Amino acid sequence: MVLSSDDKANVKAVWSKIGSHGAEYGAEALARMFLSFPTTKTYFHHFDLSPGSAQVKAHGKKVADALTNAANHLDDLPNALSALSDLHAHKLRVDPVNFKFLSHCLLVTLAAHHSAELTPAAHASLDKFLATVSTVLTSKYR
Amino acid sequence: MVHFTAEDKAAITGAWKKANVEEAGRESLGRLLVVYPRTQGFFHSFGNLSSASAIMDNPKVKAHDKVLTSSGEALKNIDDLKSTFAPLSELHCDKLHVDPENFKILGNVLLIVLAKHLGEEFTPEVTGWQKLAAGVAKALAYKYH
Repeated sequence: MVLSSDDKANVKAVWSKIGSHGAEYGAEALARMFLSFPTTKTYFHHFDLSPGSAQVKAHGKKVADALTNAANHLDDLPNALSALSDLHAHKLRVDPVNFKFLSHCLLVTLAAHHSAELTPAAHASLDKFLATVSTVLTSKYR
Repeated sequence: MVHFTAEDKAAITGAWKKANVEEAGRESLGRLLVVYPRTQGFFHSFGNLSSASAIMDNPKVKAHDKVLTSSGEALKNIDDLKSTFAPLSELHCDKLHVDPENFKILGNVLLIVLAKHLGEEFTPEVTGWQKLAAGVAKALAYKYH
């Protein structure tokens, strides 16, 4: 799967609209994921997962910052995400199916807050972007 | 089997009234074809699917809102989706030859379209729709052989 120049332009355009809300959306996507896909909570048994949790907020910011970094390095995602890729492979070992759940919840969150930006073409590009990031993060698993 | 709480059912019927269901269905099908081009293979007879705008404006795509209106039936029998969808399950297996994985993908696209329409009302706590999408996808796969 390759991100076309249109895909890259779409991702950057949506990201600039997100602006400073990244951390908030990251936390919301995680909250959605824990509620809609309860099996994902198994990776966060050490977290307070109640609504408004400071740990979830902080983690939402981490996720958002990582995606912003990815959006700024679309031409070299494996390098840009190398450290995170190592982390997920050797330490976190999150089953690959869960990246799809989080990616979906991120899209739902964006759709709820930025319906105008999420045109069918932008939706396709973002889906590809998140799938590509997920692939990079699981690329060193074995 | 999916278990729907009273809150789930209230959220689903509430949103059903608010969102324009036929429009959400048409938009979901269009987006499915745009975001996952591999699904276009099931719709050979629909004509021009060559670009995002061609797909979203395609009259046959727009007319195929039966996908969502059948979900209206689901709401009346939400505690027995398998029976409600049995005939459609057989149709999708025996006549249409659709891999059930595609039902999950369409369900997720529908969730995104609903989020778009309902905006900030579609809070994380509203899990009923995700459950309904999963339940319908399972029910549609149930009669496969």
